[in-house]
Amino acid sequence: MSAMNHIALEILGVTKQFAKSNGVRWPWKRDGNGHKPVVAVDHVSLQIRRGEVFGILGPNGSGKSTLVRCIATLLLPDKGGIRVFGHDVLQEEMAVKQLINRVSVEASFFKKLTPMENLIYGARLYGLGARQARERALEVLERLGLKRQAIFQPMEEMSRGMQQKVAIARAFLTQPILLLLDEPTTGLDPRSKREVQAFVEELRDTHDATILLTTHDMQEAEALCDRIAILDEGQVVALDTPAGLKALVARTNGHEPTLEDVFMELTGKRLVEEKET
Amino acid sequence: MTQLVSEIRASYAFVERNFNLVKRYWGWELVWLAYSIANALSITFIGAGTEAVTGQAIDTGYMILYLLVGTLVWHYLAVVFENVSELIAWERWEGTIEYTFMAPISRSTHMVGQTLFSLVYGLLHTGIILGMVALFFNLDLSQANLLGSFLMLVAGSLSFIGLGIVASVMPLLFPERGAQMTHVIQALLLLVSGVYFPISVLPGWMQPLARLSPATYVLEGMRAALLDGVSTGALLGHLGRLVLIGVIAIPLGLAVFRQAEKYAKRTGKLKRSG
Repeated sequence: MSAMNHIALEILGVTKQFAKSNGVRWPWKRDGNGHKPVVAVDHVSLQIRRGEVFGILGPNGSGKSTLVRCIATLLLPDKGGIRVFGHDVLQEEMAVKQLINRVSVEASFFKKLTPMENLIYGARLYGLGARQARERALEVLERLGLKRQAIFQPMEEMSRGMQQKVAIARAFLTQPILLLLDEPTTGLDPRSKREVQAFVEELRDTHDATILLTTHDMQEAEALCDRIAILDEGQVVALDTPAGLKALVARTNGHEPTLEDVFMELTGKRLVEEKET
Repeated sequence: MTQLVSEIRASYAFVERNFNLVKRYWGWELVWLAYSIANALSITFIGAGTEAVTGQAIDTGYMILYLLVGTLVWHYLAVVFENVSELIAWERWEGTIEYTFMAPISRSTHMVGQTLFSLVYGLLHTGIILGMVALFFNLDLSQANLLGSFLMLVAGSLSFIGLGIVASVMPLLFPERGAQMTHVIQALLLLVSGVYFPISVLPGWMQPLARLSPATYVLEGMRAALLDGVSTGALLGHLGRLVLIGVIAIPLGLAVFRQAEKYAKRTGKLKRSG
């Protein structure tokens, strides 16, 4: 295997900024129009190896989701480049889309449809036939603990945890080799969180999938990730294995430093801050 | 070949998904159908009552058919236009827009699926309304050129698909109010296209606008075919104009949509829900 094939995802100097409204908008004015630029992602460079589970930690508004959206071809970076298994996300968008799937913090579904109908719809978009999709969907949904009866009931009647499991099943159904998990366990109860984490572990151990996981959850990051980048105000402030990151910080109060200690030390902030950009 | 099968499957995904949604929103569908039938009947009864209102002898059967063709053709074209233009609006309401835009399908495939659904749904809906209205009136179509009227409807569909694609850009660019903006386009077309009256009664300055609307040609052609039994050959002028509008509007709509999609991806508007 060539060195290039070992790299699942390469992010080179990616920058993304948005114009945030700061008053009344006048369409005919281009400058000084009540807008100020907000840098969401600031010259981020990363390489993720094939088969790796790579974590991105950061507070709300640190640029995690913006970066994931750039990888998922949903946002165009202002500067820099992103390659997925050697394919440029801008020049070879369709090839990249074939290789990836994403689970976001909001389980985005047609809520009146059943999990099975949603999954068959998703599978058809990725070129799968209904029969193949139905068999695979049943297998994955049952593996995730959904009762057979729930599979054929509207999504709106399911808890958020169950909906999130269906979202993971939908992403897994298309067998992506790069799976983008954007805060998949945020807002889930402990049991649902544990089940989702177990499924990610199973994916890591049994399938040829590279996983990019963004999270607020320190324990989750430590348990699942081979390496972790800490993102703050759009910039990578540290990148290492969980053990390597902890080694960056001195022992405090007689106990081993935690990832949260590392984050506090490097950024001077709490991990979950209500600061939305 | 494999790519073609994938694209057909992906197009069908939209047809199946939309019919599944129609099934789940059956209560709303019944209300909408009842409203459409009542609306068509009300307009057609204007024809039935014109003689009584004016006290003048008129060909009531002709007047009823004139108004009925207007209301049914407009209903069909409006349903096609709405469903195509709501391509983005539906996804915004449901919060699925990012998932659909991340899928490895071309936007043309996406549009083909939504358009197929629109055509089938529009025909079914309009057929049911026609069936119900026929129970109330003695409709005489013995002189009608049915083939000609069918061809007019097909050609008219093409042009309205093109307009629908152009209008679908609105909810992409304006997440909060884009869907409502498409209603303005629809209202303007209704005003100038001679749906319930000949365009000759419009003020002089509005009549050139009527000639820009494809609905004008569809309605004139349909009335000529169904009411006057005009031959298909005599409809070729209007058919040609409609096909030309469709041939220009569909690729133009796709090109405009691609630019709007790029803009939405540059500014982060895909994420925002309306």
